[in-house]
Amino acid sequence: MADIAITNIRPDRAAVASQWQLIWWAFKRHRLAMVALFVTVAMYIVAVVPGFFAINDPIQQNARATFHPPQAIHFFDTTKGFEFGPHYYPLKLTRDPETLAAIFKEDTTRRIPITFFGRGYTYSVLGLFETDIHLIATTDKAHPLFLFGADRLGRDVYSRTVQGAQISLSIGLVGVFLSLLLGIVLGGISGYYGGRIDFVMQRVIDFVLSLPTIPIWLALAAALPQGWPATLQYMMITIILSFTGWAQLARVVRGRFLSLRTEEFVAAARLDGVPEGRIIFRHMLPSFASHIIASMTLAVPAMILAETSLSFLGLGLQPPTISWGVLLREAQNIRSIATAPWLFMPGAAVVVAVMALNLFGDGLRDAADPYNK
Amino acid sequence: MLKFVVKRLLWMIPSLFAVSFLAFVLIQLPPGDFVTTYIATLASSNEVIDQNTAASLRERFGLDQPMLVQYLKWIWGIVTRGDFGISFEWQQPVSGLIWERMALTLVLALASLIATWALALPIGVYSAVKKYSIGDYAFTAFTFFGLSIPSFLLALVLMYVAAVEFGADVGGLFSSEYETAPWSIAKMFDLLTHLWLPVAILAVSSTASLIRVMRANMLDELPKPYVTTARAKGLSEFRLLVKYPLRIALNPFISTIAWLLPNLISGSVVVAIVLNLPTAAPLLLQSLMAQDMYLAGAFVLLICALTLIGSLISDILLALVDPRIRLE
Repeated sequence: MADIAITNIRPDRAAVASQWQLIWWAFKRHRLAMVALFVTVAMYIVAVVPGFFAINDPIQQNARATFHPPQAIHFFDTTKGFEFGPHYYPLKLTRDPETLAAIFKEDTTRRIPITFFGRGYTYSVLGLFETDIHLIATTDKAHPLFLFGADRLGRDVYSRTVQGAQISLSIGLVGVFLSLLLGIVLGGISGYYGGRIDFVMQRVIDFVLSLPTIPIWLALAAALPQGWPATLQYMMITIILSFTGWAQLARVVRGRFLSLRTEEFVAAARLDGVPEGRIIFRHMLPSFASHIIASMTLAVPAMILAETSLSFLGLGLQPPTISWGVLLREAQNIRSIATAPWLFMPGAAVVVAVMALNLFGDGLRDAADPYNK
Repeated sequence: MLKFVVKRLLWMIPSLFAVSFLAFVLIQLPPGDFVTTYIATLASSNEVIDQNTAASLRERFGLDQPMLVQYLKWIWGIVTRGDFGISFEWQQPVSGLIWERMALTLVLALASLIATWALALPIGVYSAVKKYSIGDYAFTAFTFFGLSIPSFLLALVLMYVAAVEFGADVGGLFSSEYETAPWSIAKMFDLLTHLWLPVAILAVSSTASLIRVMRANMLDELPKPYVTTARAKGLSEFRLLVKYPLRIALNPFISTIAWLLPNLISGSVVVAIVLNLPTAAPLLLQSLMAQDMYLAGAFVLLICALTLIGSLISDILLALVDPRIRLE
């Protein structure tokens, strides 16, 4: 197994390397997957402490900044020579005398410097402690920096997108974890015992897989009372998503169990009188864990897309909660996106996250496959 | 072969019952029933309904009976008379509301299926034959992009581009003058001019995954000795591809209809709501919001039945192409 997967590693090292070490070596050669891994890790770091990366308070409304266009950060100060001095220019609000439409114009006479690790609004880190230090902070509170513009209530789209990462990215993980629990238990029973149980379970899995997911989710989500607290709603949505998501994972687990059941090392363990539980967890699980992890990684982006679609339709998470799907509801009608195309930015975040997770999962699957050259 | 088809058809019966029961349970899940929603709606416009009226309403719609009885009545009506019950909200039989919308849903799904196949097959074969060429990389990039973009986002972006750049309204499936008109050749033509956008949006994500399937299948077949043998015998490259590896690589491809159709129908729900198409989806969403039980139930049932039929067709097709399956 070792000698085919690795070419540029010394054979004596490959011979004694653990399975995970081999997977990591194979994965590292896949350059696109490495980039995807980097992006994925970066996004999850943002999701852990969104407050640190946000600039303005995501729930702060600002009547003077309705549909405020995005502003650029200028990194170099060219007023006297050329030196590093990140700053931005505030936008001046005027009204069209006839239509009263808002016109924002860049006021280049006033330069507002930005500071790194400066102070801004107070936020809590995972509910553990509170701080007000931000990666980027403005020095002028009266003219906030809108990196991705503002929505119809003058809320900062950038800070909301960053905040939304927390819910949207974690719902993928939690949902896949629930699906995996169901999938491993049901798929494992089906594959390990085989026979009649397997037959019934197979029909159930086929049935669940043949269901169109979105109408079922819609019907289930419509059953949730509107007034529930955000955390309960979040849990219910993840449960709803895993209601159909487990079948795919169960099928993978079953396939692996079936093929491993007849392997010599399992028969040897059984002849030695090893108890069932130990056979499953000590002998069989390690040999398909990598494959399961790869399938899980590929299931996370599907969950993220599902949550986004549900919340977008208004049947998923509800507004005070910030997720990418909820944010995209702002972009629901053609009028608001025609005036403020930057409302699509949370959508761009979805695309980047899903693409990174897909590429990462793809690379992981290839690396975890011992027969892959 | 006949035995296989009969066996497969018999399997449809319990599946359909399971689906119908699921649909009914799903619709029953929300707390309260239609009368509760109805009273709430009236209350918001300052009209009050007393307990007796509410009770008589419940009795009229049969809402006071146990769930199993309601289910059995419902399914008996469907099986024997094609009667899906009454839509509370529209105050007319459900069967009068759904069929045209279901037909349009089917048209949309089939058109997307055909578009997906027509695109994915040649591109997948090309990507496999010209592995690691610029074209292959371009298509791979497209597939990852297609898999990552939610279909409603693509619909929104295209709507935005159409509205802002071309000043065109791309929602709906018909021009306004044909919306209520009876079916005619002109209306069909009008439908075709509107259908391409939702079809294109739906085809992007499904094509992306199918290209990857097709490419992987072909890559498995191409290095096999029989290909070399055929080439050594002087067969032209095109005929060689079509005659041998493509036919074998097509097998897993056909079995993908089973999940492609649910995916397409599922995806079309969101796209149809965004683009405001007169398919089942917008009405389904509306009926779910209003707890219009029989209407929502009919849609969920029919959509699920459609996907079951899709997997039936794919199984039969697969058995036709692959003798190993029908002899099992």
